[in-house]
Amino acid sequence: MNLINLFVSGVLSENIVLTKFLGICPFMGTSNKTKDAIGMSLAVTIVTTLSSIITYLLYNYVLVPTNSVYLKTIMFIFVIACMVQILLIIIKNKFKKLYQSLGIYLPLITTNCAVLGITLLNVNSGYSFMQMLVYTLSSCLGFSIVLCIFSSIRENLSEDIPKSFKGYPIAFITAGIMALIFGRLI
Amino acid sequence: MKSFLKDNPIFALSLGLCSALAVTTTFEKAYMMGLSVLFVLLFSNIFVSLIRKHVSTSIQIPVFILIIGTFVTILSLLLERFMPSLYDSLGVYLSLITVNCIVLGRALAFASKNSVGKSIADAFKIGIGYTIAMMLIGLVRELFGSNTLTFMNDISALTGYRLVFKNVLPFSLSILATPAGAFITIGILTAIFNFIRSKYESN
Repeated sequence: MNLINLFVSGVLSENIVLTKFLGICPFMGTSNKTKDAIGMSLAVTIVTTLSSIITYLLYNYVLVPTNSVYLKTIMFIFVIACMVQILLIIIKNKFKKLYQSLGIYLPLITTNCAVLGITLLNVNSGYSFMQMLVYTLSSCLGFSIVLCIFSSIRENLSEDIPKSFKGYPIAFITAGIMALIFGRLI
Repeated sequence: MKSFLKDNPIFALSLGLCSALAVTTTFEKAYMMGLSVLFVLLFSNIFVSLIRKHVSTSIQIPVFILIIGTFVTILSLLLERFMPSLYDSLGVYLSLITVNCIVLGRALAFASKNSVGKSIADAFKIGIGYTIAMMLIGLVRELFGSNTLTFMNDISALTGYRLVFKNVLPFSLSILATPAGAFITIGILTAIFNFIRSKYESN
């Protein structure tokens, strides 16, 4: 598959949030404010990109040669958890300002299904290294765009809706409409 | 009924949504996903509860995730061997039970503080609530979206039976089978759930 094609479909028509439903928890949880959404998407992008590269190499050069592919779930989640801890320590010591804005989002990322989902999809789809990199970046960009749009919609939602629909239900329906639009863009 | 309304992981707490949205296109996939989560939740609760006194709070999350990951791997190997077509259709979402907020959430909030017996009871309570919610979403999406009703198809390798109804309704809303339909179905079901709960609480 052509790389540009892969990139565009990763951002829009195959968006991980709206078509593969990965990363729904932060999507619903932290998307009340646009500022939180930007912090969260930045943190997800950094962790996913780094752990995708490591898990890809680990899978192809350690797990496949030793015939232990079945360990991928455990190995990948272990890499992600370590990644998050290391990043947390580095940011805490070197970038004080960034820590104040990203610090609360980083620990949540270990249990973000987008990160584990993307790393697993990378190896399941049999991508080459370049394709893997493009797919990961486009997925993260897609996640960030959708999270930012969605949070600004939620900030401006009218209060004039039936009581039962307040909170999560209206958020789901908004996301449904966004999924319709994103799916038809190409 | 009361605990189903109050503690339902999907409708009341909005946890474990990835799988609830992704694998509810057929009734069968929905309830098998529910049972898979119940299996992992049960064993992770038991083991977390057993080792709860030896794990300090600072390393709780990594230790618990590795326990959960182990049971997810065991489940994947079992499904791959005995129900290969179900394994294929659940795909990546089976591995993603590892990061399902329900399982880790119960390990942190309940099993790490309570005895084994109580943790088993908690796993069944939450797991069955989740399975019922998944069945409901799967039923609505398959029946109205693709106008079929699959009770046994992918798991027929093990049971030896197939049970699939076709053209149940005189119409179909194909949008419900699409990803957008998943969001809208859960949105409307959660709203109905909220409505019933508020009526139930006011009584």
